[in-house]
Amino acid sequence: MTVTAPSDSLHPTVPGAHLLEVEDLSVEFRTEYGTVRAVNELSYHLDRGETLAILGESGSGKSVSAQAIMGIIDTPPGFITSGEIRYQGRDILQMPKEEQRAMRGAEIAIVFQDALSALNPVFTVGAQIAEMFRVHRGTSKKEAMVHAGELMDKVRIPSAKDRLKDYPHQFSGGMRQRVMMAMALALDPKILIADEPTTALDVTVQAQIMDLLLELQADNGMGLILITHDLGVVGEVADRVAVMYAGRIVETGGINEVFGNPGHPYTVGLMNSVPRVDQRGMRLSPIVGAPPNLADIPPGCSFHPRCPRAEVRCREERPLLREVVLGRRSACHFAEEVLDV
Amino acid sequence: MGRYIARRLLLTIPVLLGSTFLIFAMVYALPGDPIAALVGDRRISPSVVAELKDRYNLNDPLHVQYAKYLGGLVQGDLGTDFSGRSVAGTVKERFPVTLKLAIVAIVFEAVIGLIAGILSGIRKGSFFDNLVLVSTIFVVSIPVFVLGFLAQLSLGLKLGLFPISGISEGWYSYLLPGFVLATLSIAYVARLTRTSLVENLRNDYVRTAKAKGLPPRTVIGKHTMRNSLIPVVTFLGADFGALLSGAIVTEGIFNLPGLGRTVYQAVLSGEGAVTVGIVTLFIFIYIFFNLVVDVLYAALDPRIRYE
Repeated sequence: MTVTAPSDSLHPTVPGAHLLEVEDLSVEFRTEYGTVRAVNELSYHLDRGETLAILGESGSGKSVSAQAIMGIIDTPPGFITSGEIRYQGRDILQMPKEEQRAMRGAEIAIVFQDALSALNPVFTVGAQIAEMFRVHRGTSKKEAMVHAGELMDKVRIPSAKDRLKDYPHQFSGGMRQRVMMAMALALDPKILIADEPTTALDVTVQAQIMDLLLELQADNGMGLILITHDLGVVGEVADRVAVMYAGRIVETGGINEVFGNPGHPYTVGLMNSVPRVDQRGMRLSPIVGAPPNLADIPPGCSFHPRCPRAEVRCREERPLLREVVLGRRSACHFAEEVLDV
Repeated sequence: MGRYIARRLLLTIPVLLGSTFLIFAMVYALPGDPIAALVGDRRISPSVVAELKDRYNLNDPLHVQYAKYLGGLVQGDLGTDFSGRSVAGTVKERFPVTLKLAIVAIVFEAVIGLIAGILSGIRKGSFFDNLVLVSTIFVVSIPVFVLGFLAQLSLGLKLGLFPISGISEGWYSYLLPGFVLATLSIAYVARLTRTSLVENLRNDYVRTAKAKGLPPRTVIGKHTMRNSLIPVVTFLGADFGALLSGAIVTEGIFNLPGLGRTVYQAVLSGEGAVTVGIVTLFIFIYIFFNLVVDVLYAALDPRIRYE
């Protein structure tokens, strides 16, 4: 095997070693205003029973990468321009369309952020959950409804069977998110992608939903990709974290290691912009500037215009994601110095 | 829901009272002498004129005439025209023509408008989409009487495909006038369907439907369509009410003995009872179909409930 051009490839492992392997994935949106490079040479992997948090600001490409895995990017304007998404060793992108569709929801499922808009307002929640069984398994209407009731029970919706015939707007935010989860978990998927599952909810409800999510994960041992910008949630539940910036992973590693001693100035900036109980009265130090326009990503390190330790080199040479400590990767020319801080 | 409908129906009473009075007053204010219009060039003795004026209460002041009219109305008497025919009889005879015309028109609207709208909506920006866009603008810009005469001339007279006048050939006679009457709304339904579909396709629940692994025909045909058709169905309902209340121009061009032409002639000849009776019926139909639309809305969209 020859060594190919250097890339951000995280784990050049044997295909199929992990449940899900995303390699060199690039997604762009071709719009009237130019080409928006939402995801650039993204690579990560996920194992059974593992929780991977993908952390980043809005517009960092974290949701788009999830949609690419689900195969729900509209073409046009969205195009997957390179990469492989291997599920159990097979590249989803090369599968026939029918096979891809059959996998959606059944093998890999997704829970969206805002359950009110993500559920169809004119169908009962029971029908929307039951549809999973009807379409994928050809179950009869009646039997599918029974399953739907069981699932709503499982996600702990009170008096589930009486609420099958209710519409989404008749549920509270937290209950709606439970309905979304019941729908996603209907066919026992091996991978669940949770795209900001708690962002639209009250803080108290957030905790309940996260607990439920983890419990269900422990139940069936699925791999969980948790997309969020909430560092608190990530710290509590994730095994590993991948920090994204401008469509690339800038740092990845075990959750405790990365949070305990971040190896990229962007991660450091994220940590400093969160209020902490043990530093009451101190000023927060937000990251200066705004995330880059993905239609015009800065050359070199895309973070350099906002980076406090940027040097000339950062403007000219894009840092590769490289292993800085065993099991930890950072895409910063000065990762070692950042780590020492 | 039942109480809501009952309340809405009760509300039509003051509306009808007010509107009948307005129409009555307007007919009263029309210049010209209806009896003179009736007799035309014939010589007629003053005693006959006086007799006729007296029989139709034409000598009374407005409010007395109106009171007498209402008095008859509550007894179910719509009055008579100047030749002694009962208005109710005229309506009974003419209404089926207008109804058939409206049914043909609404079918054209629903079928052509929906198909064009759906096809251009799911293929936004395609050749077909642009074709629909251009042709709807074209159709909307042509007045009905121009389109009516053109259709009559080309499809009826030159090609001989359709009858151009009257209702002697049953439903077939209604095809051409029905289509002409429908054109404007066909364009509107197509545009409305397209816009609604394109808008709904952007909704999050469509993304969810795809993520559930549903086949594209279910994603569009079931999840998107059900939401997109709500405004279209309600438009069609309201438009049916509008079609029933007076296709004066179309009935005139194609010489259809419907209510539209009848009311037009009644206005010309100052037939107060006929005008008021038919226009009041139009208003009632319009109000009724608006109520139907509101009920339909609640049936289609579970988020809408009336108290």
